Amino acid sequence: MAHGAGGQASRRLIEGLFAPLLFHSSTEPLTDAAHLEINGARLAITTDSFVVKPLRFPGGSIGELAVNGTVNDLAVSGAKAEALVVTYVLEAGLRTEVLEAEVRAMAEAARGAGVRIVGGDTKVVEHGKADSMYVTTTGVGRLLKGVAIDPASVRPGDKILVSGALGDHGITILLARGELDFEADLASDTRSVLPLVEALIGAAGPGIRWMRDPTRGGAATSLNELARDCGLGMVLLEDQVPVRDAVRGACELLGLDPLHIANEGQFLAVVAPEYADVALNAMNLAPGGDGAKIIGEVREQPAGSVLVSTLYGGSRIVDMLVGDPLPRIC
Amino acid sequence: MRFVDEFRQPELISKAAEEIRRLADPGRHYRMMEVCGGHTHAIYRFGLKDVLPSNLELIHGPGCPVCVLPMGRIDDGLAVARQPDVIFAAFGDMMRVPGTQGSPLEHKARGMDVRIVYSPADALKLARTNPDKHVLFFAIGFETTAPSTALTILRAKAEGIKNFSVFCNHVTIIPAIRAILDSPDMRLDAFIGPGHVSTVIGCRPYEWIAQNERKPIVVCGFEPVDLLQSIVMLLRQLKAGEAKVENQYKRVVPWEGNRAALRAMSEVFQLRSYFEWRGLGFISQSALRIRDEYAEWDTEQRFSVPGVRVTDPKAAQCGEVLKGVLKPHQCKLFGQECTPEHPIGALMVSSEGSCAAYYNYEHRKMATANILIQTA
Repeated sequence: MAHGAGGQASRRLIEGLFAPLLFHSSTEPLTDAAHLEINGARLAITTDSFVVKPLRFPGGSIGELAVNGTVNDLAVSGAKAEALVVTYVLEAGLRTEVLEAEVRAMAEAARGAGVRIVGGDTKVVEHGKADSMYVTTTGVGRLLKGVAIDPASVRPGDKILVSGALGDHGITILLARGELDFEADLASDTRSVLPLVEALIGAAGPGIRWMRDPTRGGAATSLNELARDCGLGMVLLEDQVPVRDAVRGACELLGLDPLHIANEGQFLAVVAPEYADVALNAMNLAPGGDGAKIIGEVREQPAGSVLVSTLYGGSRIVDMLVGDPLPRIC
Repeated sequence: MRFVDEFRQPELISKAAEEIRRLADPGRHYRMMEVCGGHTHAIYRFGLKDVLPSNLELIHGPGCPVCVLPMGRIDDGLAVARQPDVIFAAFGDMMRVPGTQGSPLEHKARGMDVRIVYSPADALKLARTNPDKHVLFFAIGFETTAPSTALTILRAKAEGIKNFSVFCNHVTIIPAIRAILDSPDMRLDAFIGPGHVSTVIGCRPYEWIAQNERKPIVVCGFEPVDLLQSIVMLLRQLKAGEAKVENQYKRVVPWEGNRAALRAMSEVFQLRSYFEWRGLGFISQSALRIRDEYAEWDTEQRFSVPGVRVTDPKAAQCGEVLKGVLKPHQCKLFGQECTPEHPIGALMVSSEGSCAAYYNYEHRKMATANILIQTA
């Protein structure tokens, strides 16, 4: 199970098995989408599977995640999603109204994200498999002009930005499972981040070094991957990282770190220092971007790691997620 | 957040840090043990070591109920759960702890019905909603969690729920502290006393530490201000040549403890004559078993349990780390063969384990020593 959680085990599976056997080059850094050049057209392509329980939760459902997730993977690679194809794996016995609700949700999300769903496939498996339904979306998009994302271009002094509050989605799902005896005024943050990415590119395109959407494994995992890829240190200021009170509270109670919690409507960006203020401004002014903040910067040390500087001049290392975040006892 | 933010205020913390620097005698090297694993994690999580003077050393104690459990007990619990129609229920903390055939999570991947519960009451609920299965609740914890296990057994009896049993691994804190003080390789000046255990047992049980062993002990909360204030209180005692029990965690810990909780515990549990602790060996009167009147809800009486003793791998130094003789990174396996992803012992995966705290927060800091952080 740990191999699907987005943390260290997932990375080893990809680097150790998939990359050497399937990919042309196993030494290039892993990105959210692959860039292709076909007859002069610069395209990006990506795929993602969605396995979530419960299917519906405050703020969205598997359908929205499936559309927004792939649109976002393309967006943070600097591409505008043009078309998606979708695969459904359905559990025998799934009620029609449940399926219909998800299909409607996907259509709505696609409309909102400005992307067309142009085809797909459906399979039905035995009762007891597929947890009601699994959805996979594959998206293709055009690379946007004015931006060239390359982790190798990250330098000490670059600023780390986040588009909004972290942890909403993962905690919402945890609470929606109903295993915990508490509730909170929280909803998943699922949305297309393309408008914010476009605003960022418009204002600071030449200064953008790297972007990623921190889904499973959270911001800590994404930043650890970058730290490893560029051999530099990511230093975050704890009091600058935006986290809603309800998420903070739930994490305190369960012994979880908001930096390890999945997000479905946020992205991280590393921007050259001379562009940082104008980048932040542009994001704050864009719809849905008022929560964007500068949360830290890149430094030489600690090389390959993520460090969080606490309020009192102390600090701690934040590692990639290991396994699933497990709540603790006492 | 109430009860959290007030105790994390930067101004209070710098004031406390200043007072610590003022009180600490530069010619002396202080060794203070924080018994409780929760304190170890809090210290690392808030980066408090960075605000303490270099002549004040914090030693990690054995107050992690998961860490002190020998591997054989995990094997025993899983052996019973391997039977058909048994659900293995435990706190999240237990899920990655390795047994000889793998952890509960690994057993789950191989098809065992393993569920994470947040309280024993949840495990009882599983029994109610799954009448055709037997729910085995793998109970761990010091006196902190024992009362809720006791109350759950009482409720099971009152409701006549028969498909539920507890595999009891509750241990008691005082024998652990006694074993530390009896250990010849330990030289300590003072104790940062456990916080949550004390809400149940109160502060009286620590009086012998002050009176007989002449070591100051301050029962401490889990926020940064709590920890620093407790260190201030300990330094004041040491400076004045005093040794007494003080309660810094007054907002939660009553001096006399929780009578109702203690009553429930003594109704359901009795002390085992001896119990094996990882690293500390066999200690008499240090663990709880379920009384015969409640045998129906005692896994060990309802099922036959293998009871095999499993010794830790020779190279693992869990015992020395638990006693505070070695720091986690001084164990030969730390960060190499033993990591959170493939742990050799529970200390590397438990949320109270000092190896886990070190690995998660500290060890790469040490590799790139002396990082100066300037907060903007």
